[in-house]
Amino acid sequence: MKLVLKDLTKIYPPRGKGSAGAVVAVDGFDFEIPDGKLVGLLGPSGCGKSTALNLICGLLEPTRGQIFFGDEDVTELPPEKRGVGMVFQHYALYPHLTVLKNILFPLENLRGAEKLSKQEMLKRAYEAAKVVQIENLMDSKPSELSGGQQQRVAIARALVKRPRVLLLDEPLSNLDARLRLQTREEIRRIQRETGITTVFVTHDQEEAMSICDMIVVMQSGRVCQTGHPQKVYEEPNSRFVAEFLGTPPINMFNAEVKDGGLYIGEDRVFNVEGAEEGEVVVGIRPEGFEYDQKGALCCKMNRVERMGRDVSVVFSHAAAISAVLRAIVDADEAPGDDEEIVHFALDKDKVRLFDKESGQRIYCQLR
Amino acid sequence: MEKRKIKKPLSLGRILCWALLIFWAIMVLFPFYWMILSSVKSYSAYNSEYIPSFFTLHPTLENYFYAFSTVPLGGYFVNTLIFTIATTGIMLMVIILIAYAFARLDFPGKDFIFALILALMMIPSELVVITNFVTITDWGMRNTFWGLILPSVTSVFYIYLLKENFSQVPEELYKAAKVDGCSDLRFLFKVMLPVCKPTVITVVILKVIECWNSYVWPRLITDDESYFLVSNGIQTIRESGFGRENIPAMMAAVVVISLPLIVLFLIFRNKIMEGVSRGGTKG
Amino acid sequence: MKRNNLKAWLYMLPALAFLGVFLVYPLIDVFIYSLEEGYNSASQTFFGVGLYNFGYVLRDPYFLQALKNTFILVMITVPLSTGLALLISLALSSIKKLKSLFQTIYFLPYVTNTLAVGLVFMILFKKTPYSDGLVNLLINFFGGQSVDFITGPYWAKMFVLCFYTVWVVLPFKILILTSALASVDQHYYDAARVDATPKWRVFTRITLPMISPMIFYLVITGFIGAFKAYSDAVALFGTDLNAAEMNTIVGYIYDMLYGNSGGYPSYASAAAVILFAIVLTITCINLIVSRKHVHY
Repeated sequence: MKLVLKDLTKIYPPRGKGSAGAVVAVDGFDFEIPDGKLVGLLGPSGCGKSTALNLICGLLEPTRGQIFFGDEDVTELPPEKRGVGMVFQHYALYPHLTVLKNILFPLENLRGAEKLSKQEMLKRAYEAAKVVQIENLMDSKPSELSGGQQQRVAIARALVKRPRVLLLDEPLSNLDARLRLQTREEIRRIQRETGITTVFVTHDQEEAMSICDMIVVMQSGRVCQTGHPQKVYEEPNSRFVAEFLGTPPINMFNAEVKDGGLYIGEDRVFNVEGAEEGEVVVGIRPEGFEYDQKGALCCKMNRVERMGRDVSVVFSHAAAISAVLRAIVDADEAPGDDEEIVHFALDKDKVRLFDKESGQRIYCQLR
Repeated sequence: MEKRKIKKPLSLGRILCWALLIFWAIMVLFPFYWMILSSVKSYSAYNSEYIPSFFTLHPTLENYFYAFSTVPLGGYFVNTLIFTIATTGIMLMVIILIAYAFARLDFPGKDFIFALILALMMIPSELVVITNFVTITDWGMRNTFWGLILPSVTSVFYIYLLKENFSQVPEELYKAAKVDGCSDLRFLFKVMLPVCKPTVITVVILKVIECWNSYVWPRLITDDESYFLVSNGIQTIRESGFGRENIPAMMAAVVVISLPLIVLFLIFRNKIMEGVSRGGTKG
Repeated sequence: MKRNNLKAWLYMLPALAFLGVFLVYPLIDVFIYSLEEGYNSASQTFFGVGLYNFGYVLRDPYFLQALKNTFILVMITVPLSTGLALLISLALSSIKKLKSLFQTIYFLPYVTNTLAVGLVFMILFKKTPYSDGLVNLLINFFGGQSVDFITGPYWAKMFVLCFYTVWVVLPFKILILTSALASVDQHYYDAARVDATPKWRVFTRITLPMISPMIFYLVITGFIGAFKAYSDAVALFGTDLNAAEMNTIVGYIYDMLYGNSGGYPSYASAAAVILFAIVLTITCINLIVSRKHVHY
């Protein structure tokens, strides 16, 4: 099921007399999610991503704009009529019901023509349980399950209705690190298996990058960029997107375009074509550095961190904006621990220029 | 952290401590013992003892038969039972609905109304009983069950207790139920109440105790013996019931009246004590 | 949204209706009653508006007697019961064996019918032609003179009333204080032990401050409860409390409203308003004092 948002906007009215004015939680969302894709809504805390999810789900009414599932306008429909499945951040399992009863709960709410026979309900509950591999837990209470198992039950409960769209709100945030890796693969697998268009919300970019077919990067209620994760990572359209994606994060420098060249501090690192002269911000991905004592960028080295195959070089530079600068180089090409000054050559495909004021990407040619 | 057990010698402090505990335990238990003991002594035996004996070798149940046959003790019992069940039942419905509205539904003026209702908690019942008496009399409900029940089917305190508990149920559960197509009423009964069962039970127990022991309002509103509750019944027995001095029969009645709550207490001991410590006061 | 509002009001309707009729309306009404002079309940007429009812009540010897009784009762039972409850709770929390048995026993009076058990107390204290009663026998045993506690001298009756009141209110206080003591973090005691703090100092500097909010809560509710004393007195001395000189303010209100001397809702209302004023004042004083002394 294709999911289309048109000018979707949610404005919260000002609360109380003393507080500030209206809050625009979701501001003019306008994009399309193709059928059968896994999409990550990504952004820092408070950027409105959960609000957006609740709008799609129908728990909130939009201030303006429309939501389409396929060709059907569902904007006016209540959540239960939309055919969505939702997995909540804290799973929202009914604590007094067994796993089976929890999964059956949505089916028992069906009325009229949709009403199912008891056998049919059980059959579908076990089907859903099988997809998430919890058939052996059906008689347990939620409190007896681990976080990961609760998560699976919550997904099963969302799937049992055979939803047109599956929504997950921060599905991994309550799991420990190891389980998180495992569960996100699990989500990917379940999504592939069922083919249901899935939207999930996360603040963890790594999570979204690793499993999504498409990410939507948000900042304070607005969509910054949408697209395939790798594409967005490589071609961020703003400084915010560039800084938000990637671990270790991108390294930011104050720089200047003058005399047809790009200067970081005193170092002329590239020739530039197609950019106006003046101050800019330069972002360089950690993998964009190459240790080369003849390289253009001259830095003071702090230390070398060795982590198996890769080595990360921590260094500083007078023009740096980021608190910590970090380059990732191959182990056999790393500088020695006792170096004080290191030089780097830069990979022009990993270097991006941004406007100093607006943070917008400056598209230009580097040589 | 394992604490090392040090064998303490029996110090003066510990002796005093046990003495106090045992002393007060006797003070509490003795009236109960005396009440049971007197109730199984025969009328003549009781009255012939100038120095009452602390046990009896000839226990008899005749006082119990006497208590049930000469005064309508059974009737008082049934009345109290009806009163207690009806009051508690109606109250539960009324306060669960309003507590749910406060905890889960959004409507303008909610906080203001809730604050107003909380303010009502400070009103002592003695202040309003006068007008209620007049109201019930005007409605012609004296000596009816409705007259007994109606004024006590709401309690601001229990509304507060339930609302607080309802609010603790995660918002997500409500949203999940909404997504699953669950109506508000169904959510209330299928999810909210089961999850909040301990509090509901606490409220029920406290209300049952309150109803069973209520005296003042029933005394005002009933003067027809066929509507007396046990408290009023016991007072009548005391004042005229058996002719003033049949104390063993009186004690038998007292035992019968006290027993249900004591049994209830011994069964639900932890629930009751927890409930009361969460904010019950007597009366 | 509109539909939701309607639903919310529907959910609240029963409770609001009951509260309105039986709590809010009477509250306003009682003040009006108390100001209506010479109200006649049969014809529902009154002569004028003013403070006459208050003047009458305050000059009524029965009311003054009730006022005196209530104040004596409050002043004796509140400190006594709170202190005793504190001692017993401390003793309780210092033992391990039999703790739960004692707790159960101590709680029993809470679930018993005040009227019913009051009768037992009456029998224990009463002096009859057949027997002097158990308490008197005890007094005799220790060489004292028999006293009739139920129909005898004022101090004896007051003693029984106070004793029974303490007996009745103690379970609640013991329960609250025991759980307050149990909730004091064990780490404080461990820290004090490491510092070799003497026991009494641990009590005054750690235990007492930590449970002081609960103690003040008990004092405040104790005051309010004791000012409303009534059924304990009825249980011991019968419904005609004026004759027994053992009436309480609440008893006076009910007697004015109904019963042998009843039929004067205006006087009853005035007395109720006076009671409310007293309780409010005492509670405010308590709150001010507790502000100064309660440490968290």
